[in-house]
Amino acid sequence: MLNLWRMIRRTGRVAEPAPPAPAEQLPAAGALGGSVQIRHVDAGSCNGCEIEIGAAFGPVYDAERYGARLVASPRHADALLVTGVVTRNMAEPLLRTFDAVPAPKVVVAVGDCARNCGAFAGAYGAVGAVRDVVPVDVEIAGCPPRPEAIVDGLRKLTGR
Amino acid sequence: MTALGLAGAVVQPVLIVAGAPVLVGVMRQVRARLEGRAGPGIRQPWRDLRKLFGKERIAPRGTSEVFRVAPLVLVATTLVITVVAPFVTVASVLNPVADLFVVVALLAVGAVALALAGLDTGTAFGGMGASREVTILALVEPTLLVAILALSARVGSTNLGDVVSSMVREPSRVISPVSLLAAVALVIATVAENGRIPVDNPSTHLELTMVHEAMVLEYAGPDLALVELASAMRLSVFLGLLANLFVPWGIATTATPAALLAGVLALVLKVGVLGAALAAAEVFLAKLRLFRVPELLAGSFLLSLLAVAASYFLA
Repeated sequence: MLNLWRMIRRTGRVAEPAPPAPAEQLPAAGALGGSVQIRHVDAGSCNGCEIEIGAAFGPVYDAERYGARLVASPRHADALLVTGVVTRNMAEPLLRTFDAVPAPKVVVAVGDCARNCGAFAGAYGAVGAVRDVVPVDVEIAGCPPRPEAIVDGLRKLTGR
Repeated sequence: MTALGLAGAVVQPVLIVAGAPVLVGVMRQVRARLEGRAGPGIRQPWRDLRKLFGKERIAPRGTSEVFRVAPLVLVATTLVITVVAPFVTVASVLNPVADLFVVVALLAVGAVALALAGLDTGTAFGGMGASREVTILALVEPTLLVAILALSARVGSTNLGDVVSSMVREPSRVISPVSLLAAVALVIATVAENGRIPVDNPSTHLELTMVHEAMVLEYAGPDLALVELASAMRLSVFLGLLANLFVPWGIATTATPAALLAGVLALVLKVGVLGAALAAAEVFLAKLRLFRVPELLAGSFLLSLLAVAASYFLA
Protein backbone atom coordinates (compact mmCIF):
# COMPACT_ATOMS: atom_id res chain seq x y z
CA MET A 1 0.00 0.00 0.00
CA LEU A 2 2.84 2.35 0.88
CA ASN A 3 4.54 1.32 -2.36
CA LEU A 4 1.42 2.24 -4.34
CA TRP A 5 1.24 5.61 -2.58
CA ARG A 6 4.92 6.29 -3.39
CA MET A 7 4.27 5.33 -7.00
CA ILE A 8 1.28 7.72 -7.17
CA ARG A 9 3.42 10.55 -5.72
CA ARG A 10 6.32 9.80 -8.07
CA THR A 11 4.21 9.50 -11.24
CA GLY A 12 2.09 12.60 -10.67
CA ARG A 13 -0.09 13.62 -13.57
CA VAL A 14 0.30 11.58 -16.75
CA ALA A 15 -2.57 13.21 -18.69
CA GLU A 16 -1.13 15.25 -21.56
CA PRO A 17 -2.07 18.96 -21.83
CA ALA A 18 -5.40 19.37 -23.62
CA PRO A 19 -5.00 20.22 -27.33
CA PRO A 20 -7.07 23.17 -28.66
CA ALA A 21 -10.77 22.33 -29.06
CA PRO A 22 -11.95 21.44 -32.60
CA ALA A 23 -13.32 24.44 -34.50
CA GLU A 24 -16.54 22.83 -35.73
CA GLN A 25 -19.19 21.47 -33.40
CA LEU A 26 -22.13 19.22 -34.13
CA PRO A 27 -25.64 20.71 -33.79
CA ALA A 28 -26.37 17.90 -31.31
CA ALA A 29 -23.63 19.19 -28.98
CA GLY A 30 -25.96 21.94 -27.72
CA ALA A 31 -28.63 19.47 -26.56
CA LEU A 32 -26.02 17.29 -24.83
CA GLY A 33 -24.54 20.19 -22.88
CA GLY A 34 -21.01 18.92 -22.28
CA SER A 35 -21.97 15.38 -21.24
CA VAL A 36 -21.82 12.47 -23.68
CA GLN A 37 -22.34 8.88 -22.55
CA ILE A 38 -20.97 6.46 -25.13
CA ARG A 39 -21.83 2.86 -25.91
CA HIS A 40 -19.22 1.08 -28.00
CA VAL A 41 -20.47 -1.40 -30.63
CA ASP A 42 -18.05 -3.72 -32.39
CA ALA A 43 -19.81 -4.47 -35.69
CA GLY A 44 -17.02 -6.70 -37.04
CA SER A 45 -13.76 -4.98 -36.19
CA CYS A 46 -10.25 -6.51 -36.07
CA ASN A 47 -9.91 -4.99 -32.52
CA GLY A 48 -7.26 -2.49 -33.69
CA CYS A 49 -9.74 0.36 -33.21
CA GLU A 50 -10.76 -1.04 -29.78
CA ILE A 51 -7.17 -0.78 -28.55
CA GLU A 52 -7.03 2.86 -29.70
CA ILE A 53 -10.40 3.60 -28.02
CA GLY A 54 -9.03 2.04 -24.84
CA ALA A 55 -5.99 4.33 -25.13
CA ALA A 56 -8.20 7.39 -25.76
CA PHE A 57 -10.02 6.73 -22.45
CA GLY A 58 -6.79 5.86 -20.60
CA PRO A 59 -4.93 8.27 -18.32
CA VAL A 60 -2.69 9.76 -21.05
CA TYR A 61 -5.34 11.06 -23.47
CA ASP A 62 -8.12 11.08 -20.81
CA ALA A 63 -11.22 11.61 -22.97
CA GLU A 64 -13.28 11.70 -19.75
CA ARG A 65 -11.99 15.18 -18.97
CA TYR A 66 -14.06 16.55 -21.88
CA GLY A 67 -17.27 15.01 -20.51
CA ALA A 68 -17.29 11.76 -22.52
CA ARG A 69 -17.82 8.50 -20.63
CA LEU A 70 -18.18 4.86 -21.74
CA VAL A 71 -21.33 3.20 -20.33
CA ALA A 72 -22.55 -0.39 -20.04
CA SER A 73 -25.96 -0.06 -21.72
CA PRO A 74 -27.30 1.61 -24.92
CA ARG A 75 -30.23 2.88 -22.80
CA HIS A 76 -27.77 5.07 -20.83
CA ALA A 77 -26.02 6.26 -24.00
CA ASP A 78 -26.20 9.40 -26.13
CA ALA A 79 -23.72 8.22 -28.75
CA LEU A 80 -22.86 4.90 -30.37
CA LEU A 81 -19.19 4.39 -31.16
CA VAL A 82 -19.25 1.85 -34.01
CA THR A 83 -16.05 0.15 -35.15
CA GLY A 84 -15.38 -2.22 -38.03
CA VAL A 85 -17.16 -3.16 -41.20
CA VAL A 86 -20.79 -4.23 -40.54
CA THR A 87 -20.88 -8.03 -40.88
CA ARG A 88 -24.02 -10.00 -41.75
CA ASN A 89 -24.35 -11.27 -38.18
CA MET A 90 -23.94 -7.81 -36.60
CA ALA A 91 -26.26 -5.79 -38.90
CA GLU A 92 -29.41 -6.72 -36.93
CA PRO A 93 -27.83 -6.25 -33.44
CA LEU A 94 -26.46 -2.86 -34.58
CA LEU A 95 -29.94 -1.74 -35.68
CA ARG A 96 -31.48 -2.95 -32.42
CA THR A 97 -28.81 -1.17 -30.37
CA PHE A 98 -29.50 2.01 -32.35
CA ASP A 99 -33.24 1.67 -31.60
CA ALA A 100 -32.53 1.16 -27.86
CA VAL A 101 -30.76 4.55 -27.54
CA PRO A 102 -33.10 7.34 -26.35
CA ALA A 103 -33.27 10.46 -28.58
CA PRO A 104 -31.38 12.74 -29.18
CA LYS A 105 -28.72 10.27 -30.35
CA VAL A 106 -25.64 10.38 -32.57
CA VAL A 107 -23.54 7.69 -34.24
CA VAL A 108 -19.76 7.92 -34.52
CA ALA A 109 -18.06 5.66 -37.09
CA VAL A 110 -14.49 4.94 -35.96
CA GLY A 111 -11.85 3.69 -38.40
CA ASP A 112 -11.62 3.19 -42.16
CA CYS A 113 -13.61 -0.09 -42.07
CA ALA A 114 -16.58 1.67 -40.46
CA ARG A 115 -16.33 4.56 -42.97
CA ASN A 116 -15.90 2.71 -46.27
CA CYS A 117 -15.32 -1.01 -45.52
CA GLY A 118 -11.52 -0.53 -45.67
CA ALA A 119 -9.69 -3.77 -46.40
CA PHE A 120 -12.95 -5.74 -46.31
CA ALA A 121 -14.67 -3.94 -49.23
CA GLY A 122 -16.56 -6.49 -51.31
CA ALA A 123 -16.06 -9.35 -48.84
CA TYR A 124 -18.87 -11.92 -48.80
CA GLY A 125 -19.51 -11.60 -45.04
CA ALA A 126 -19.78 -7.80 -45.05
CA VAL A 127 -23.10 -5.93 -45.44
CA GLY A 128 -21.34 -2.59 -45.96
CA ALA A 129 -20.09 0.47 -44.10
CA VAL A 130 -21.85 1.74 -40.95
CA ARG A 131 -23.72 4.44 -42.89
CA ASP A 132 -25.39 1.73 -44.98
CA VAL A 133 -27.11 0.41 -41.82
CA VAL A 134 -27.61 3.41 -39.46
CA PRO A 135 -27.26 7.20 -40.01
CA VAL A 136 -23.74 8.39 -39.18
CA ASP A 137 -23.04 11.87 -37.70
CA VAL A 138 -19.26 11.84 -37.17
CA GLU A 139 -16.57 9.87 -38.99
CA ILE A 140 -13.06 9.32 -37.62
CA ALA A 141 -10.53 8.26 -40.28
CA GLY A 142 -7.50 6.02 -39.79
CA CYS A 143 -6.58 2.36 -39.77
CA PRO A 144 -6.60 2.36 -36.80
CA PRO A 145 -7.23 6.05 -35.96
CA ARG A 146 -4.82 7.58 -33.45
CA PRO A 147 -6.23 8.25 -29.94
CA GLU A 148 -5.83 12.01 -30.62
CA ALA A 149 -8.16 11.66 -33.61
CA ILE A 150 -10.76 9.76 -31.54
CA VAL A 151 -10.59 12.35 -28.73
CA ASP A 152 -10.91 15.14 -31.32
CA GLY A 153 -13.99 13.48 -32.83
CA LEU A 154 -15.61 13.06 -29.39
CA ARG A 155 -14.92 16.71 -28.48
CA LYS A 156 -17.06 17.75 -31.46
CA LEU A 157 -19.94 16.10 -29.53
CA THR A 158 -19.14 17.32 -26.01
CA GLY A 159 -18.26 20.84 -27.17
CA ARG A 160 -15.55 21.10 -24.50
CA MET B 1 -42.94 21.00 15.71
CA THR B 2 -40.27 23.57 16.53
CA ALA B 3 -38.71 26.44 14.56
CA LEU B 4 -35.43 24.50 14.50
CA GLY B 5 -37.18 21.41 13.07
CA LEU B 6 -38.92 23.50 10.39
CA ALA B 7 -35.66 25.20 9.41
CA GLY B 8 -33.98 21.78 9.11
CA ALA B 9 -36.87 20.43 7.04
CA VAL B 10 -36.32 23.24 4.49
CA VAL B 11 -32.52 23.51 4.50
CA GLN B 12 -31.58 19.79 4.60
CA PRO B 13 -33.42 18.52 1.46
CA VAL B 14 -32.27 21.54 -0.61
CA LEU B 15 -28.67 21.10 0.54
CA ILE B 16 -28.59 17.34 -0.06
CA VAL B 17 -30.36 17.39 -3.45
CA ALA B 18 -28.05 20.15 -4.69
CA GLY B 19 -24.92 18.80 -3.01
CA ALA B 20 -25.17 15.04 -3.59
CA PRO B 21 -24.18 15.14 -7.32
CA VAL B 22 -21.35 17.53 -6.41
CA LEU B 23 -20.15 15.01 -3.80
CA VAL B 24 -20.10 12.31 -6.50
CA GLY B 25 -18.18 14.74 -8.74
CA VAL B 26 -15.64 15.41 -5.98
CA MET B 27 -15.15 11.68 -5.39
CA ARG B 28 -14.63 11.01 -9.13
CA GLN B 29 -12.21 13.94 -9.31
CA VAL B 30 -10.17 12.69 -6.34
CA ARG B 31 -9.98 9.27 -7.95
CA ALA B 32 -9.03 10.73 -11.35
CA ARG B 33 -6.21 12.80 -9.84
CA LEU B 34 -4.78 9.80 -7.97
CA GLU B 35 -4.87 7.84 -11.26
CA GLY B 36 -2.87 10.63 -12.95
CA ARG B 37 -5.86 11.84 -14.98
CA ALA B 38 -7.11 15.41 -15.36
CA GLY B 39 -10.72 14.48 -14.50
CA PRO B 40 -13.98 15.94 -15.86
CA GLY B 41 -14.50 18.46 -13.02
CA ILE B 42 -16.83 18.31 -10.02
CA ARG B 43 -19.84 19.73 -11.92
CA GLN B 44 -19.90 16.80 -14.39
CA PRO B 45 -22.62 14.76 -12.54
CA TRP B 46 -24.94 17.79 -12.70
CA ARG B 47 -24.23 18.15 -16.46
CA ASP B 48 -25.10 14.45 -16.86
CA LEU B 49 -28.35 14.88 -14.90
CA ARG B 50 -29.40 18.03 -16.78
CA LYS B 51 -28.91 16.26 -20.10
CA LEU B 52 -30.69 13.06 -18.95
CA PHE B 53 -33.77 15.04 -17.78
CA GLY B 54 -34.09 16.39 -21.34
CA LYS B 55 -33.89 13.01 -23.08
CA GLU B 56 -36.55 10.68 -24.43
CA ARG B 57 -38.31 8.41 -21.90
CA ILE B 58 -38.19 4.74 -22.94
CA ALA B 59 -39.85 1.88 -21.08
CA PRO B 60 -38.84 -1.54 -22.44
CA ARG B 61 -41.56 -3.75 -23.89
CA GLY B 62 -43.22 -5.98 -21.26
CA THR B 63 -42.37 -3.87 -18.22
CA SER B 64 -45.14 -2.94 -15.77
CA GLU B 65 -45.87 -0.09 -13.36
CA VAL B 66 -43.25 -1.51 -10.96
CA PHE B 67 -40.52 -0.45 -13.40
CA ARG B 68 -41.99 3.03 -13.86
CA VAL B 69 -42.69 3.72 -10.16
CA ALA B 70 -39.38 2.45 -8.71
CA PRO B 71 -37.27 5.60 -9.42
CA LEU B 72 -39.96 7.77 -7.82
CA VAL B 73 -40.11 5.50 -4.72
CA LEU B 74 -36.33 5.59 -4.48
CA VAL B 75 -36.19 9.41 -4.64
CA ALA B 76 -39.23 9.87 -2.36
CA THR B 77 -37.97 7.63 0.46
CA THR B 78 -34.56 9.31 0.36
CA LEU B 79 -36.19 12.77 0.38
CA VAL B 80 -38.22 11.86 3.49
CA ILE B 81 -34.98 10.90 5.26
CA THR B 82 -33.31 14.17 4.25
CA VAL B 83 -36.27 16.08 5.71
CA VAL B 84 -36.46 14.31 9.10
CA ALA B 85 -33.01 12.89 10.01
CA PRO B 86 -30.44 15.04 11.89
CA PHE B 87 -28.07 16.42 9.24
CA VAL B 88 -28.00 20.19 9.79
CA THR B 89 -30.22 20.45 12.90
CA VAL B 90 -30.81 18.04 15.80
CA ALA B 91 -34.57 18.76 15.90
CA SER B 92 -36.93 17.10 13.45
CA VAL B 93 -40.16 18.39 11.97
CA LEU B 94 -41.72 14.89 12.32
CA ASN B 95 -40.06 13.57 15.43
CA PRO B 96 -41.50 9.99 15.33
CA VAL B 97 -40.15 9.54 11.76
CA ALA B 98 -36.60 10.50 12.79
CA ASP B 99 -36.46 7.10 14.53
CA LEU B 100 -33.63 4.66 13.82
CA PHE B 101 -35.98 1.88 12.70
CA VAL B 102 -38.03 4.15 10.41
CA VAL B 103 -34.95 5.59 8.69
CA VAL B 104 -33.36 2.16 8.10
CA ALA B 105 -36.72 0.81 6.87
CA LEU B 106 -37.11 3.75 4.45
CA LEU B 107 -33.63 3.05 3.05
CA ALA B 108 -34.61 -0.61 2.63
CA VAL B 109 -37.89 0.29 0.86
CA GLY B 110 -35.97 2.27 -1.75
CA ALA B 111 -33.46 -0.54 -2.31
CA VAL B 112 -36.21 -3.18 -2.59
CA ALA B 113 -38.17 -1.02 -5.07
CA LEU B 114 -35.12 -0.86 -7.33
CA ALA B 115 -34.50 -4.62 -6.97
CA LEU B 116 -38.14 -5.31 -7.99
CA ALA B 117 -37.69 -3.01 -11.00
CA GLY B 118 -34.60 -5.01 -11.95
CA LEU B 119 -36.67 -8.20 -11.82
CA ASP B 120 -39.51 -6.54 -13.74
CA THR B 121 -37.37 -5.98 -16.84
CA GLY B 122 -37.12 -9.76 -17.23
CA THR B 123 -33.52 -9.54 -18.50
CA ALA B 124 -30.78 -11.84 -17.26
CA PHE B 125 -28.73 -8.96 -15.83
CA GLY B 126 -31.72 -7.34 -14.12
CA GLY B 127 -32.54 -10.53 -12.24
CA MET B 128 -28.90 -11.24 -11.42
CA GLY B 129 -28.34 -7.72 -10.10
CA ALA B 130 -31.56 -7.86 -8.06
CA SER B 131 -30.67 -11.19 -6.43
CA ARG B 132 -27.19 -9.91 -5.51
CA GLU B 133 -28.52 -6.60 -4.23
CA VAL B 134 -31.07 -8.37 -1.97
CA THR B 135 -28.37 -10.74 -0.66
CA ILE B 136 -26.21 -7.76 0.32
CA LEU B 137 -29.24 -5.86 1.66
CA ALA B 138 -30.23 -8.78 3.93
CA LEU B 139 -26.76 -8.73 5.49
CA VAL B 140 -26.39 -4.93 5.70
CA GLU B 141 -29.74 -3.96 7.26
CA PRO B 142 -29.17 -5.91 10.55
CA THR B 143 -25.70 -4.34 10.82
CA LEU B 144 -27.15 -0.85 10.40
CA LEU B 145 -29.88 -1.48 12.96
CA VAL B 146 -27.67 -3.11 15.58
CA ALA B 147 -24.77 -0.65 15.21
CA ILE B 148 -26.98 2.43 15.66
CA LEU B 149 -28.87 0.60 18.45
CA ALA B 150 -25.56 0.32 20.33
CA LEU B 151 -25.31 4.13 20.27
CA SER B 152 -28.95 4.64 21.21
CA ALA B 153 -28.87 2.14 24.12
CA ARG B 154 -26.79 4.62 26.16
CA VAL B 155 -29.26 7.41 25.45
CA GLY B 156 -32.38 5.35 26.13
CA SER B 157 -34.07 6.44 22.90
CA THR B 158 -33.94 5.24 19.31
CA ASN B 159 -34.63 8.75 18.02
CA LEU B 160 -31.64 9.80 15.90
CA GLY B 161 -31.96 13.45 16.95
CA ASP B 162 -31.76 12.43 20.64
CA VAL B 163 -28.72 10.22 19.96
CA VAL B 164 -26.88 13.03 18.18
CA SER B 165 -27.79 15.74 20.73
CA SER B 166 -26.64 13.51 23.62
CA MET B 167 -23.31 13.12 21.80
CA VAL B 168 -23.07 16.92 21.52
CA ARG B 169 -23.75 17.33 25.24
CA GLU B 170 -21.30 14.63 26.37
CA PRO B 171 -18.32 14.61 23.98
CA SER B 172 -16.55 11.95 26.10
CA ARG B 173 -18.96 9.38 24.65
CA VAL B 174 -17.41 9.80 21.20
CA ILE B 175 -14.17 8.13 22.34
CA SER B 176 -15.39 4.82 23.74
CA PRO B 177 -15.15 1.16 22.67
CA VAL B 178 -18.87 1.26 21.77
CA SER B 179 -18.44 4.16 19.35
CA LEU B 180 -15.32 2.69 17.81
CA LEU B 181 -16.86 -0.74 17.16
CA ALA B 182 -20.11 0.78 15.86
CA ALA B 183 -18.18 3.19 13.63
CA VAL B 184 -16.21 0.40 11.92
CA ALA B 185 -19.40 -1.64 11.43
CA LEU B 186 -21.26 1.36 9.98
CA VAL B 187 -18.42 2.24 7.60
CA ILE B 188 -18.50 -1.28 6.14
CA ALA B 189 -22.32 -1.15 5.93
CA THR B 190 -22.13 2.24 4.15
CA VAL B 191 -19.62 0.94 1.62
CA ALA B 192 -21.71 -2.17 0.91
CA GLU B 193 -25.10 -0.42 0.74
CA ASN B 194 -23.85 2.25 -1.67
CA GLY B 195 -22.16 -0.21 -4.01
CA ARG B 196 -18.60 1.04 -3.56
CA ILE B 197 -15.34 -0.92 -3.82
CA PRO B 198 -14.65 -3.57 -2.41
CA VAL B 199 -18.30 -4.77 -2.58
CA ASP B 200 -19.35 -3.32 -5.95
CA ASN B 201 -17.64 -1.07 -8.49
CA PRO B 202 -19.71 2.00 -9.47
CA SER B 203 -17.83 2.51 -12.76
CA THR B 204 -17.75 -1.08 -13.99
CA HIS B 205 -18.74 -2.26 -17.45
CA LEU B 206 -17.95 -5.93 -16.87
CA GLU B 207 -21.44 -7.36 -16.76
CA LEU B 208 -20.55 -10.33 -14.57
CA THR B 209 -19.32 -8.16 -11.69
CA MET B 210 -22.10 -5.58 -11.64
CA VAL B 211 -24.58 -5.32 -8.75
CA HIS B 212 -26.20 -1.87 -8.71
CA GLU B 213 -25.47 -1.12 -12.39
CA ALA B 214 -27.02 -4.43 -13.48
CA MET B 215 -30.41 -3.47 -12.01
CA VAL B 216 -30.58 -0.08 -13.72
CA LEU B 217 -29.31 -1.19 -17.17
CA GLU B 218 -32.78 -0.70 -18.75
CA TYR B 219 -33.48 2.80 -17.41
CA ALA B 220 -33.18 5.67 -19.87
CA GLY B 221 -33.58 9.46 -19.89
CA PRO B 222 -35.44 11.10 -16.96
CA ASP B 223 -35.95 7.78 -15.13
CA LEU B 224 -32.19 7.14 -15.19
CA ALA B 225 -31.62 10.70 -13.98
CA LEU B 226 -33.89 10.03 -10.98
CA VAL B 227 -32.09 6.75 -10.20
CA GLU B 228 -28.67 8.42 -10.41
CA LEU B 229 -29.79 11.41 -8.34
CA ALA B 230 -31.28 9.07 -5.70
CA SER B 231 -28.09 6.97 -5.58
CA ALA B 232 -26.03 10.12 -5.03
CA MET B 233 -28.48 11.30 -2.34
CA ARG B 234 -28.32 7.93 -0.55
CA LEU B 235 -24.53 8.16 -0.45
CA SER B 236 -24.78 11.65 1.04
CA VAL B 237 -27.41 10.46 3.55
CA PHE B 238 -25.22 7.55 4.68
CA LEU B 239 -22.09 9.70 4.96
CA GLY B 240 -24.06 12.48 6.70
CA LEU B 241 -25.48 10.05 9.29
CA LEU B 242 -22.06 8.48 9.77
CA ALA B 243 -20.50 11.91 10.33
CA ASN B 244 -23.19 13.18 12.70
CA LEU B 245 -23.42 10.00 14.78
CA PHE B 246 -19.70 9.95 15.57
CA VAL B 247 -18.49 13.54 15.01
CA PRO B 248 -21.61 15.58 15.83
CA TRP B 249 -19.91 18.96 16.43
CA GLY B 250 -21.18 21.90 14.42
CA ILE B 251 -24.76 20.62 14.12
CA ALA B 252 -27.34 23.34 14.86
CA THR B 253 -29.03 23.08 18.29
CA THR B 254 -30.68 26.52 18.23
CA ALA B 255 -32.80 28.11 15.48
CA THR B 256 -30.58 31.16 14.85
CA PRO B 257 -29.30 31.89 11.32
CA ALA B 258 -25.70 31.73 12.55
CA ALA B 259 -26.20 28.26 14.05
CA LEU B 260 -27.91 27.03 10.86
CA LEU B 261 -25.09 28.39 8.70
CA ALA B 262 -22.54 26.69 10.95
CA GLY B 263 -24.56 23.46 10.70
CA VAL B 264 -24.60 23.62 6.89
CA LEU B 265 -20.86 24.35 6.70
CA ALA B 266 -20.04 21.59 9.21
CA LEU B 267 -22.11 19.04 7.25
CA VAL B 268 -20.53 20.03 3.91
CA LEU B 269 -17.05 19.81 5.44
CA LYS B 270 -17.60 16.47 7.21
CA VAL B 271 -19.32 14.75 4.27
CA GLY B 272 -16.77 16.19 1.83
CA VAL B 273 -13.84 14.87 3.87
CA LEU B 274 -15.49 11.46 4.33
CA GLY B 275 -16.29 11.23 0.61
CA ALA B 276 -12.77 12.20 -0.43
CA ALA B 277 -11.31 9.66 2.03
CA LEU B 278 -13.63 6.94 0.67
CA ALA B 279 -12.63 7.75 -2.94
CA ALA B 280 -8.92 7.76 -2.04
CA ALA B 281 -9.25 4.43 -0.19
CA GLU B 282 -10.90 2.91 -3.28
CA VAL B 283 -7.75 3.51 -5.31
CA PHE B 284 -5.85 1.19 -2.97
CA LEU B 285 -8.49 -1.58 -2.86
CA ALA B 286 -9.47 -4.31 -5.28
CA LYS B 287 -13.04 -5.58 -5.59
CA LEU B 288 -13.83 -8.62 -3.43
CA ARG B 289 -14.98 -11.82 -5.05
CA LEU B 290 -18.80 -11.91 -4.70
CA PHE B 291 -18.70 -15.03 -2.52
CA ARG B 292 -16.30 -13.29 -0.10
CA VAL B 293 -18.67 -10.34 0.40
CA PRO B 294 -20.90 -12.18 2.96
CA GLU B 295 -17.77 -12.84 5.06
CA LEU B 296 -16.97 -9.11 5.14
CA LEU B 297 -20.57 -8.24 6.00
CA ALA B 298 -20.79 -10.97 8.66
CA GLY B 299 -17.63 -9.47 10.18
CA SER B 300 -19.23 -6.04 10.29
CA PHE B 301 -22.36 -7.54 11.91
CA LEU B 302 -20.17 -9.19 14.55
CA LEU B 303 -18.54 -5.82 15.31
CA SER B 304 -21.95 -4.20 15.71
CA LEU B 305 -23.05 -7.03 18.08
CA LEU B 306 -19.90 -6.47 20.12
CA ALA B 307 -20.73 -2.76 20.19
CA VAL B 308 -24.17 -3.52 21.65
CA ALA B 309 -22.64 -5.90 24.21
CA ALA B 310 -20.06 -3.28 25.14
CA SER B 311 -22.73 -0.61 25.51
CA TYR B 312 -24.44 -2.75 28.20
CA PHE B 313 -21.33 -4.08 29.97
CA LEU B 314 -19.39 -0.81 29.99
CA ALA B 315 -22.38 1.38 30.82
